[in-house]
Amino acid sequence: MWKLLLKTSPLPPLTEAAPAPDDAALAELAARLDAAAKKRLGRSLSIREVDAGSCNGCELEINALNNVFYDLERFGLRFVASPRHADVLLVTGPVTRNMREALERTYAATPGPKWVVAVGDCAKGGGIFADSPAVVGGVSEAVPVDLHIPGCPPTPTALLQGLLALLETVK
Amino acid sequence: MAGLSNLLNDTPEVAEHRPWPRHLVSPAQWEAAARGLEAGAWTLVALWGEADTAHMALRDAANGDFAVASLACPDGCFPSVAKVFAPAGRLERAMRDLWKLEPADTPDARPWLLHGGEGPRYPFLTAEGEGLHQIPVGPVHAGIIEPGHFRFTASGETVVRLEERLGYVHKGTEGLMAGADVARAAKLAGRVSGDSTVAYALAFACAVESATGIAAPPRAAWLRALMAEIERLANHFGDIGAVCNDAAFSAMHAHCGALREEVLRASDFCFGHRLMMDRIVPGGVAADLAPMGAARLRALVALVRRRFPELVRVYDNSASLQDRTVGTGILKTELARRFAAGGYVGRASGRDFDARRDVFYAPYDALSFVVPMRAEGDVNARVWQRIDEVEQSLGLVIQILDLMPGGAVRAEFVAPSGAAEGCALVEGFRGDVFVWLRIAEGRIARCHLRDPSWFQWPLLEAAIEGNIVADFPLCNKSFNCSYSGHDL
Repeated sequence: MWKLLLKTSPLPPLTEAAPAPDDAALAELAARLDAAAKKRLGRSLSIREVDAGSCNGCELEINALNNVFYDLERFGLRFVASPRHADVLLVTGPVTRNMREALERTYAATPGPKWVVAVGDCAKGGGIFADSPAVVGGVSEAVPVDLHIPGCPPTPTALLQGLLALLETVK
Repeated sequence: MAGLSNLLNDTPEVAEHRPWPRHLVSPAQWEAAARGLEAGAWTLVALWGEADTAHMALRDAANGDFAVASLACPDGCFPSVAKVFAPAGRLERAMRDLWKLEPADTPDARPWLLHGGEGPRYPFLTAEGEGLHQIPVGPVHAGIIEPGHFRFTASGETVVRLEERLGYVHKGTEGLMAGADVARAAKLAGRVSGDSTVAYALAFACAVESATGIAAPPRAAWLRALMAEIERLANHFGDIGAVCNDAAFSAMHAHCGALREEVLRASDFCFGHRLMMDRIVPGGVAADLAPMGAARLRALVALVRRRFPELVRVYDNSASLQDRTVGTGILKTELARRFAAGGYVGRASGRDFDARRDVFYAPYDALSFVVPMRAEGDVNARVWQRIDEVEQSLGLVIQILDLMPGGAVRAEFVAPSGAAEGCALVEGFRGDVFVWLRIAEGRIARCHLRDPSWFQWPLLEAAIEGNIVADFPLCNKSFNCSYSGHDL
């Protein structure tokens, strides 16, 4: 372990420069966030991730945000273990019939002010799974959505751009 | 007990089924097949239904013979396999939920994939004893993972019983497949379980090609294997780190996460998608390896060979980490064999099976690799199993780059006009993925996709027994079963 630390500590960090926030996402958000919320939260957001029926592809890329290349926490964004601690719900998947109640209850357990970010193509209208009777539809069928980040799955860079746009507006 | 070929000897065979035979059996033969499973004469590869028919895919343990047995169920009822062979239980419950096929005399008549909304509460199994308490966990978990419910019954810190309740991400994938054209069905197959998108696309494409007799060009088979090994590497790195992270050893997680990211970036560079979704299609692959792709992959292998051994040494030499993983969550060999547990879960418990070697599909017949094995069956063995498999995959990537033939990468795919049936078994990172399908009038009439997790999830319940609740995340991550792949 010490050898590994000695070997890696003189090296420059792998963490990369931040991408520019997504302009379209910024515009979408600006209208929805009020000044009071910005003041209260400062430049920091706690995120609770909810898989409402995804194939797990989106989760893989959301997890990648925590790796050393993207290092989400440097922007004041962090994933939390409970909706009680969250400002943002990051929801993936088409919402399945079997997950609808859990998603609604997670939303209800999140204190306001709160935002919902729908992630991935399925999260908008259900994507490729839209016609299935086992699926309710997109995330907005169950809870109000503030921002949608498209992609199948969205790359970590696309996710970062979307989340930074959220942060810029909340600032 | 005589072999599988004896059992199915005099039964009518379905002419359009390939590459292995499909036999129409009587209820008595169906029950004999179930008893053969219990006796260990053959293993259960899959058990699924469609309107009025129950199917069971079997593999002879002695000679590797493979066959599908189909039972007509005109009254919507078939003799329960779970009645004599418990591993079939959840599969039968799913058949009942999705196809209204009733397993006669089933030991467990509770629904499985359909939750029924506001209906009566799900009756969990009970545990009796003094001072027992229950801990409900999920479906929304603390981490960034898929949803499922775990019901622990504990005595103090010790788990007495774990019962899983799954089905939360049931999307009706097989229902959407029915009637879809082959291109759309291939996309759906690639979204059964995102971490195994290559394995599923490969299994689906192989099944379609078997059914239709259309062969992918040789170069395509090699490119498919290249993607499959890259997917294996990415998942192994991610999960080795994640297991260590669940023992609060975050440095390993950070370093393994960096390796995983390097693999995904190389995938993106070589194939145009970080997870390589939709790159394998019936008839071949969507696009050839990018120019300079081979050089990029060789550089990746060199990087991993430089960095990974140091991480393995850290894992092996950190007493605090070993203290958590050694002797934790032991899966016994006997159970792994009985459930035909695939992948590292089976192999770390002494079940010697790998579809790349034992089913023998191109180009693995031309590649040299060994299938690592361990006997201990604990979390540590599963971590080491994956460490050993990383080395094999690195070797395979280099061999593929060295030996890959040139030529076309995609054969023109024309859906046949008549009926055709095909199946395939391929090795994903998690274990063997099975796909069976019937094509009629150019569209998918029925497609069944069986994730390796079906036979691994129940074993997690057995492996956690007697361990402390706090070791569950560690055990769970060392299995890393798929929720979406299982829930369909």
